[in-house]
Amino acid sequence: METLEPLLTAHPFFRDLAQGDTRLLTGCAKNVRFEAGQVIFREGEDADQFYLIRDGKVALEVFITERGSAPILTLGAGDALGWSWLIPPYKWRFDARALETTLAFALDGKCLRGKCDEDPRLGYELLKRIAAIIGDRLHATRLQMLDVYGARD
Amino acid sequence: MTTKTIDPMLPLPWRIRRARRDTRDTFTLDLEPAKAGDSLPFLPGQFNMLYVFGAGEVPISMSGDPANPGSMTHTVRAVGAVTKAMSKLKRGDTIGLRGPFGARWPVEEATGKDVVIIAGGIGLAPLRPVIYYILARRERYGRVTLLYGARTPGDVLYQSELEQWRGRFDLQVEATVDNIPTGQNWRGNVGVVTLLIAGAGFDPAQTLAMICGPEVMMRFTVIELLKRGMSEESIFISMERNMKCAIGFCGHCQFGPTFICKDGPVFRFDRIDPWLSKREI
Repeated sequence: METLEPLLTAHPFFRDLAQGDTRLLTGCAKNVRFEAGQVIFREGEDADQFYLIRDGKVALEVFITERGSAPILTLGAGDALGWSWLIPPYKWRFDARALETTLAFALDGKCLRGKCDEDPRLGYELLKRIAAIIGDRLHATRLQMLDVYGARD
Repeated sequence: MTTKTIDPMLPLPWRIRRARRDTRDTFTLDLEPAKAGDSLPFLPGQFNMLYVFGAGEVPISMSGDPANPGSMTHTVRAVGAVTKAMSKLKRGDTIGLRGPFGARWPVEEATGKDVVIIAGGIGLAPLRPVIYYILARRERYGRVTLLYGARTPGDVLYQSELEQWRGRFDLQVEATVDNIPTGQNWRGNVGVVTLLIAGAGFDPAQTLAMICGPEVMMRFTVIELLKRGMSEESIFISMERNMKCAIGFCGHCQFGPTFICKDGPVFRFDRIDPWLSKREI
């Protein structure tokens, strides 16, 4: 039977992960597809999936009563979407919407947490990878806040 | 036969053939020599000193097509007294011009390689001649990528040209904005320009990068490129300092052992890096 393992291995998130670990995590993964405009998740909903984008584009948005949905970040092929499945209370903090037809892997959050609890070495490896993503996003957000293109006069 | 010598300190009169507003605070002037035959060949990355009579002189990068030296194009941001005065000039007005000065982008050295061009804000203007140059000789280069970041959709330069370039099969164009103010439409990416690098898909060992934008943006862009496996020797940045004479005499733009006007403004990253981290400079 063909599994998602070879496809998962090709995603940057799984790069250089031990083959046995990828095989273990494949059990939590499924293929998903979102059409342009489709809401992937909304703020406050249960964060039960970890998405790895294979193709397409996704907007992370925050809803502001006076303005409607305000995009804060665009994610594309190779990016990871959402880490709220890892951190209690496991609720999404933003909205996510597909901007175009988007293909992704969806890894079940509860399943992932279970594997990490069973095998702390694997858990640490996953955590390092997610921490790197969180670090990059935090760094980018700080740069965004600096308003570097603003006039200096 | 007589040889024409040009005094580098003497501004020549050029006439504004066309003046247009690009964004809220940015405008572009197309200049032609007031005296026929005074065309000035230039290389991508070089700059001119533009003199607004009664206001002063400022260094402005060339942003037009180097294949057309009879028409100098400059995209300018109105931020100081001189550039604000320049923004009020109209078609037919005369401006003083000295140049071209400075080092060029490594368009020849990039032959046979992938090229990634990364621009932030008005930093796209000094890189536009590179794009013209490469597109005129497209067969000489591998994969060519333009990554552009701006503050808001309203601040995106050369919007119609970006659309044209995006429509080409031989040029990958990705644009992003830091934020979208209420009332502005944008179908592109949101986030800082460094986030576009991961998806650009170039071969780090075979790529030459040219970066222009605010210094902090260039610094983080270089970090990202190095993280992806590029070498410091294959990264070029364009520096900006207080340039006055433009020929390395006055010392206003001294940066460590170099003068930005004469040795730059384009530098190979490893040659300027030791001085970038010196906060006293």
